[in-house]
Amino acid sequence: MDFLLNSIIKALKLITSIDPELIGIVILSLKVSGLAIIMATAISIMSTLILDYRDFTGKSFVITLINTFMGLPPVVAGLVIYLILSRSGPFGFLHLLYTPAAMVIAQVILAVPIITGLSYAAVVSADSSIRFTALTLGATPLQASLKIIRNSRYSILAAVLAGLGRVMAEVGAVLIVGGNIAGYTRVMTTAIALEADKGDFELAVALGIILLAISFTVNGALFWLQKKDKTK
Amino acid sequence: MIERLQALTIKKQYNARFELSCSIDIKKGPLYTIVGPNGSGKSTLLRILGLLEQPDSGEVIYYQNGMPLPNPHNNTEIRRKVVLVPSRAALFHETVFQNAAYGLRLRKIGKNICEERIMKALNEVGLAGKENINACELSSGESQRLALARALVIEPDIFMLDEPTASLDPDNTHIIEKIIKDKKEGSQQIMIMVTHNLYQAKSLSDFIIYMYGGAIVEVTAAGAFFEKPSTGLAQKFVFGEVY
Repeated sequence: MDFLLNSIIKALKLITSIDPELIGIVILSLKVSGLAIIMATAISIMSTLILDYRDFTGKSFVITLINTFMGLPPVVAGLVIYLILSRSGPFGFLHLLYTPAAMVIAQVILAVPIITGLSYAAVVSADSSIRFTALTLGATPLQASLKIIRNSRYSILAAVLAGLGRVMAEVGAVLIVGGNIAGYTRVMTTAIALEADKGDFELAVALGIILLAISFTVNGALFWLQKKDKTK
Repeated sequence: MIERLQALTIKKQYNARFELSCSIDIKKGPLYTIVGPNGSGKSTLLRILGLLEQPDSGEVIYYQNGMPLPNPHNNTEIRRKVVLVPSRAALFHETVFQNAAYGLRLRKIGKNICEERIMKALNEVGLAGKENINACELSSGESQRLALARALVIEPDIFMLDEPTASLDPDNTHIIEKIIKDKKEGSQQIMIMVTHNLYQAKSLSDFIIYMYGGAIVEVTAAGAFFEKPSTGLAQKFVFGEVY
């Protein structure tokens, strides 16, 4: 019990002392996940629009695939990206392996199915009279789909936050494609894994507390958005 | 400006039990009201005439300057000359003003004209001063009035109303009926309404289109229809025997 308490006290001291290593790791994590979520959101909204607006052969298969990939194990995603980006892989010439860019790609791949799947579910369950009303006022089918997406914006934002929560917390994919290089590709989750392995719990617990605080903030925002959506 | 619409032998099959099959010729000016029992095809006919649904066969023709407009279903510009207010119009998760502006924005109407028309329409429907509140906070009567204002601001060539006062209280019904009445005075629009309210049909309409079983049974001047319907089915309907 003392050991746990001591670790927490030391970790809090580390946080309040604004340790440069700790701050560097947190900033890199936020940069990688932030960029990944922006890219994933853009891709997901476009995908949701296409799924809502267009009827095409294999649409049900695509939706099933997206739903399946919502539960994609991060290590599997990391392994596939590793194979693609490794020197002998099809995109090896880009030299992206063990760079923050590779980590962004991994997180985009993990986040897109989650954001698309949840956004599409929100759009599908939206009141069908929204589409009809938009059409009666002169909207084209594409404009009507855009209206539904705009009308479902709180649910879509909730999907984005769910995606953010997922990528911020994952360790497998970024560890494989980033390599956990100190000061370059070391993010919160990979640092926690490493420090715990080393038996140096001070930094690990400090990062854990920050990660929990971020997760709490994201989930708080998610709860608030869901509540706001229900009251509308 | 569209001055006439024609539906030529249109047919629409929904299931084994229901088929819409009719022809109609409607000119601008008078208010045409479609009446008939549930399932007679009133709303379906309205949606087809409003280019929101394609018939299985037959065609809907719009005339402008005496000439038929080609391929209206696939022409957004022609589609935007028609506005239909659904019986349960959805409001968007936006302010009252943004809701009212939607159709105008689609038509790329200038900001000043937009504002002028919206304020005038909101005033007409008794929603002046509520333009900045979220539309989802409105009561059902206010919501239906906003849906009407949203259509009025567009000033379409063809104006359609599907049960505009369904499940509204007498006050809201009175407000909406007054707007429709004012609108049709000296109107240069084609106006078509669907209603179950025979009193409303009698007091507002110039012509009655009576439908039964997917067919138009008769099209008669409103006064004549309610005094002495020409068909046996319409007589039974007016005197409360067919519902």
